[in-house]
Amino acid sequence: MSETAMLEVKNLTKHFKAGRGQVVHAVDNVSFVLKKGKTLGLVGESGCGKSSCARTVIRIYEPTEGTILLDGQDISHMKQRELKPLRRKMQMIFQDPYASLNARMTVRDIIAEPLLAHGVVKKKDQANELVYPMLERVGLTKEHANRYAHEFSGGQRQRVGIARALILQPELVICDEPISALDVSIQAQVINLLRDFQEEKGVSYLFIAHDLSMVRYVSDDVGVMYLGQLVEVCESGEIYKNPLHPYTKGLLGSIPIANPRLAREKEKSSIEGDIPSPIAPPSGCRFHTRCPFARPECGERAPVLKDVGGGHMVACHLYG
Amino acid sequence: MEPILTIENLKTSFMTSNGEVQAVRGVSFTVGKGEIVGLVGESGSGKSVTSMSILRLLADTARIKEGKILFEGEDLAKCSKAQMRKIRGGKISMIFQDPMSSLNPLIPVGKQVAEMIREHHPEKSGEEIRKEVLELFARVRIPEPEKRYKSFPHEFSGGMRQRVMIAMALANRPELLIADEPTTALDVTIQDQILKQLRELEKQFGTSIIFITHDLGVVAELCDRVIVLYGGLVMEEAPIDDIFENPKHPYTLGLLASIPSVDQDKSRRLQPIPGSPPDMTKPPEGCPFAPRCKYARVICGRELPEMTEISQGHRSRCWLLDPEAPAENNPFAETGERGESHE
Repeated sequence: MSETAMLEVKNLTKHFKAGRGQVVHAVDNVSFVLKKGKTLGLVGESGCGKSSCARTVIRIYEPTEGTILLDGQDISHMKQRELKPLRRKMQMIFQDPYASLNARMTVRDIIAEPLLAHGVVKKKDQANELVYPMLERVGLTKEHANRYAHEFSGGQRQRVGIARALILQPELVICDEPISALDVSIQAQVINLLRDFQEEKGVSYLFIAHDLSMVRYVSDDVGVMYLGQLVEVCESGEIYKNPLHPYTKGLLGSIPIANPRLAREKEKSSIEGDIPSPIAPPSGCRFHTRCPFARPECGERAPVLKDVGGGHMVACHLYG
Repeated sequence: MEPILTIENLKTSFMTSNGEVQAVRGVSFTVGKGEIVGLVGESGSGKSVTSMSILRLLADTARIKEGKILFEGEDLAKCSKAQMRKIRGGKISMIFQDPMSSLNPLIPVGKQVAEMIREHHPEKSGEEIRKEVLELFARVRIPEPEKRYKSFPHEFSGGMRQRVMIAMALANRPELLIADEPTTALDVTIQDQILKQLRELEKQFGTSIIFITHDLGVVAELCDRVIVLYGGLVMEEAPIDDIFENPKHPYTLGLLASIPSVDQDKSRRLQPIPGSPPDMTKPPEGCPFAPRCKYARVICGRELPEMTEISQGHRSRCWLLDPEAPAENNPFAETGERGESHE
């Protein structure tokens, strides 16, 4: 299995110091495998650690513990200088297309920047023959090249962000909520674009979102995170047909269904309360404070993620 | 249903250095007593400007150019500033998308809600008002109301802040609540809790609600009727089931096709609406959706279609519904297939 893994993360932990000796447990002991040419979706509420996890994987953050294998190579403790050549292989698309593009650079310069940074081309004007086809590939035109980011709509900006991420032909792209700032009619344009690239080039995506129906649609596998931990991982169709963890069930029950008749009929298994603070996460299973099925042992002992059959992994005492 | 709010041919524009932005170009609709109406559309469709016009909370550069906003027999478009201050937070109140920027960070939340009551009922005593605030907190399920009364906004999570906003909006028992994307910034689990609360409210007190959103899922769960806006105009208006089961505007069809359903076949591509919304400094002459519409004909770019009545309460603005429209490439033709079934 591991020879086809694009990314393998083992027991990844990321803690942040929060002052006064306090520690934010952003990511705790997370393990997963992203296969080549596939998409792994990470979902969960805000504050669950999905973005921290992604940023640690791509080494924007230094991992506290654990290993990150990029195409079999251990990058978890590499120095930034050693990492640089590897960054050609892994790129990122950010959530906010307004904040992630330099306002003082033209679109051409934004997209050419990675080429220059990695020495693919030596001079700006050499970059054009790569930049123009890329612009067209993401649905913009040559005429857009000399404009600045503020002249574009949110959807167009996100296309620029995608072009910048894909120009180096990376093997792994981390998509951190790439569509949540976009209008519904534009979201589908961006998703189709990402899918086309995957079919053509065999890119692997780590796709982070809180919109479960979109994640299910784009992902091959889905991991559900809660307070820094993975509570369930399985094939994406399975997570809807047969969710096991009470948190996953609640999350699914909370998604509004775009069908008024079904919406009226559906039995709502929603989750009460707010996500607890990651500075002092609850003992045992971190979800036990909101779980409708919690038993005494849930507050005492943390369940481990284990296979309950057919590669469906869940961390819950209800399943043995 | 007896209407509580009637908007007739509302036109609101912004005067900018680039010229006049015609954000709302002749919007008409009604909201019935105890009805939850969804205003749907993408950014720039005019949904927020419509709601801001109702409460006259527009920026200085904006102007209501034409139209009537009738609420309990009075035209809000012509009310004095003093009259509007009484109506705002009184009979009509509003919840905004971002609860953090709508609350004062330096004043305890309880006090902020109390202020809302005092403003409209100066005769009530401090103790009376405090009791009402605590009741409101309990009603919107803020745990430990006594303790939370003195908390500051930054001590609350996003969901809790939005509850404070709702408590504030409900403080004077409004007849109409305008909710402008109140759950867009929240997680689905919290969104679900807030939607439940709004539904309860409508049942308990018969409050009418205008719910502004771009999320069709939320609309399906909450609303009785939907108004679809595009390019500053109402494109389609229908009871909730009709919008989803019998949509009669290509834009509505497009919106429905661009979201994956929970059981979406993954091998099927999503069908996005190509292009982007029109520039409202130069609004298109014909149907504003025509440049993005795959069924558009010559007439669509030239002349704006009128609203066509499809059935009771279901109206749509589209040339394809014209009795003389040809059946070819027409998803609404009697004999033709539905647009979404062929690919």
